[in-house]
Amino acid sequence: MTESICVENLTKNFEKVAAVDGISFRVRQGELFGFLGPNGAGKTTTINILTGLARSDSGTIRIGGIDCTGNPRAAQHLVGVVPDESNLYPELTGFDNLCFCAALYGMGRTKRKARAHELLDTFDLTPAADRKFAGYSKGMKRKLTIAAGIIHRPPILFLDEPTTGIDVASARQLRHLVSDLNRSGTTIFLTTHYIEEAERLCNRIAFIVSGRIVRNDTVEHLIQPIKAKHIMRIACATMPNDIHAKLTHAFSELIFTITNEGFIRVESEKPVHVGPLVRFLEDNGAEVTEARRMRPSLEDVFVNITGIAADAMRKEKEKRGGGQ
Amino acid sequence: MKSWIAYWNILLKDMRTYYLKPPNVSWGLIFPLAWTSMFFIRSGTGLEDIMILLPGVVAISILFGTTSMLAVTVTFEKKNRSFERLLLAPISFELLMLAKTSGAILFGVGNAFVPVIIAVFLADLTQIAWHVFVPAVFMIAMVSTFLGLFIAVAVSEVFEAQTFSNFFRFPMIFLCGLFFPIEKLPVFLKPLSYALPLTYGADVLHGAVHGNHMMPFALDLALLAAFCVLLFAASLWNIKRRWIL
Ligand SMILES: Nc1ncnc2c1ncn2[C@@H]1O[C@H](COP(=O)(O)OP(=O)(O)O)[C@@H](O)[C@H]1O
Ligand SMILES: [Mg+2]
Repeated sequence: MTESICVENLTKNFEKVAAVDGISFRVRQGELFGFLGPNGAGKTTTINILTGLARSDSGTIRIGGIDCTGNPRAAQHLVGVVPDESNLYPELTGFDNLCFCAALYGMGRTKRKARAHELLDTFDLTPAADRKFAGYSKGMKRKLTIAAGIIHRPPILFLDEPTTGIDVASARQLRHLVSDLNRSGTTIFLTTHYIEEAERLCNRIAFIVSGRIVRNDTVEHLIQPIKAKHIMRIACATMPNDIHAKLTHAFSELIFTITNEGFIRVESEKPVHVGPLVRFLEDNGAEVTEARRMRPSLEDVFVNITGIAADAMRKEKEKRGGGQ
Repeated sequence: MKSWIAYWNILLKDMRTYYLKPPNVSWGLIFPLAWTSMFFIRSGTGLEDIMILLPGVVAISILFGTTSMLAVTVTFEKKNRSFERLLLAPISFELLMLAKTSGAILFGVGNAFVPVIIAVFLADLTQIAWHVFVPAVFMIAMVSTFLGLFIAVAVSEVFEAQTFSNFFRFPMIFLCGLFFPIEKLPVFLKPLSYALPLTYGADVLHGAVHGNHMMPFALDLALLAAFCVLLFAASLWNIKRRWIL
């Protein structure tokens, strides 16, 4: 068996919203698969359907070789789920929460205690083991929720936005833990709206926008066409409305995009000469404050494919508390 | 075996976090105590009166004790999402819901014996047919718990569950023959009495305590069992339909 998850034509409608609109994808065994898309794209809905917390309207699902289409609970012993919001018991301690979750998977008393201690140690939570979950910080809560998700050593793990809304240091630690987990053999299905996170962690990424997968490829393949490109970002304090048309007309070998945040993004096959570009902008009434070379990244690919400006995604990030 | 570890630990966790918490233990004691004192004092201490009142007080104690717990163990856990964790566990849905309700059933049985213990000091209980009384208490606890479950899964807020269960509980005090014989009810209310499970539970209790009952015990208990199956199945169906969107 080389495919851990195999989904064909999955759809799900909520009243008038097509939350999931005919998606198909395969996650190979051992892969760290990224499901990347803005808020409301249908990521959580997809996880809920795959884990039996929601019903699909149509489509087929195989998880770990088991056909789950009619019976979503058939593969529950094979999967671990870490929801976007913690669902542990606030009134239990960290240790008791883990022991309880282990018991749900039928682990015996000595085994569960040993496993709970082991995980508390891995996640640096041993000092908080006997404190109530309700008193944990956001980062600690997320870590314990992940520990609870892998308590039964599931071969397949679903992680819904693991680093959203927690502090920078915890987010970095979590990314390391996720990488380690994947290296030790766990197949991971991870959703995120952080492009950099997906690029850094995942082997393969599916871009999901409005319930549809617009692209699904390995990170290497996604980056390939843009790797040799030269990207520049020009910041302007003021910018005339028709500047895009003028630039495109004057520099036909360059591709310009105006971002929501007032940057001009320049893409080119060859190195960009900054001087003429800045002079042209100033002559046309723009006030240039900065011009910077950028490393081509998945962000550019995402913008090209989805047409969603990367800052739209970044804005979500700031709104929801940041996670870099 | 694995499923039973899960079952036992769900029950144990509910016991620790809900049922054995001081507020609930005291509620579980004070509530039946209040009912008992109220009725026993009002009755004017005639010994026969206590025996006549005991079945009703026992039934009320069970009914209120069990139904109020489900709003917490089910509706509240659904609301704060910890119920999802249970839904993700690799155990059958039926066993999961049995685990979630077993605590309330035991709590109800416990509640039932508060008035009994008080009555020990006030009356001679040797004439009670315990071999009928105890199974009846158990069946009433089951049927009330499943009624509470049915209500708890039909709503999404804890307060709704409480309000909605009062809508059932208070009429049942009068309609199910706990204190007033059903024969004395207006004719148009009688069909309603026979549609409520507590009627049959109260009938067995009356029979067990003072020998006065309308139907054979076996029939009463069989009807209670049927109500249990029906309410449990309807609750499960409702959860699947409403919670797994
Ligand atoms: N229970 C629900 N009822 C109605 N609409 C929903 C429900 N859950 C999700 N949606 C809608 O489905 C779409 C996808 O949501 P979701 O899967 O949560 O997105 P994501 O996780 O990618 O942010 C959104 O438009 C959202 O409003
Ligand atoms: Mg989501």
